[in-house]
Amino acid sequence: MKVERLHRKNNLGLAGWIRGGRYGLERYAYTLHRITGLGILLYFLLHIFATSSRIWGPEFWEKTMDLFEKPVFKFGEYLVFVAFAYHALNGIRLFITELGFGMGKPQRPVIPYKNAVRRQRPLLIVAMIIAFVLIVFGGLDFYLLGN
Amino acid sequence: MRESKLWVYHLIAGAVILVLLGIHMFIMHLDAILYSLGVGSQNPIDSGVVFARSKELFFMITYIILLGTALYHGLYGFKNILMELTLAQKSEKFISGFLTLCGVLLFAYGTFAAVFVFMK
Repeated sequence: MKVERLHRKNNLGLAGWIRGGRYGLERYAYTLHRITGLGILLYFLLHIFATSSRIWGPEFWEKTMDLFEKPVFKFGEYLVFVAFAYHALNGIRLFITELGFGMGKPQRPVIPYKNAVRRQRPLLIVAMIIAFVLIVFGGLDFYLLGN
Repeated sequence: MRESKLWVYHLIAGAVILVLLGIHMFIMHLDAILYSLGVGSQNPIDSGVVFARSKELFFMITYIILLGTALYHGLYGFKNILMELTLAQKSEKFISGFLTLCGVLLFAYGTFAAVFVFMK
């Protein structure tokens, strides 16, 4: 048991979480996926309590919603939307690659060759473009059309 | 339960959330765009609209499904991040148990709220 724990030792500490090192773009996508995931989780836990407040009736609900009308909450809400758009689109990419699609067939690493990470990179780029479009539309809705 | 199984559930929950939260986001947060296209309501958090929606069976059921899958997906993801701290096995067990308990309690509370407003 002791050997197993030694084997699992985290030598890099926090830097191991944040630094991409030689792993490249996908490693940062992974870090951002986690940060946005944690942000959404925190919001979601508060969201459960806020939306469940409707058990106390319409007046209480309106009071709760009035609280969230302040610009700082509106900006926070938009940040959650941005996090959602990123997390969802990157999540679709992860789903596709997790199931083994978009990475090409296994092959011998005879130079010149393309590794699986490079083969799936167009997926990352397309996912990020769609996420960006969603974020722009969300911004339009939150700040221009929604008023 | 085996970790690989929990991971597959995490993926399945992600796919379910993608559909349900996609609908949720469009109705609640892209409402102005939808409304200008002639779909949805002008103010989706207006209490009249909210309570009318809560009385629809479709929304009551999807709220509960979304609540359960999102809690599982979020808390399991959070657990995975914490496990990378490589804590003592006792602490890992405590974290798993604590997060499971939180998930169950929150699910019970949210489900109660959805059913209560639906029946009222």
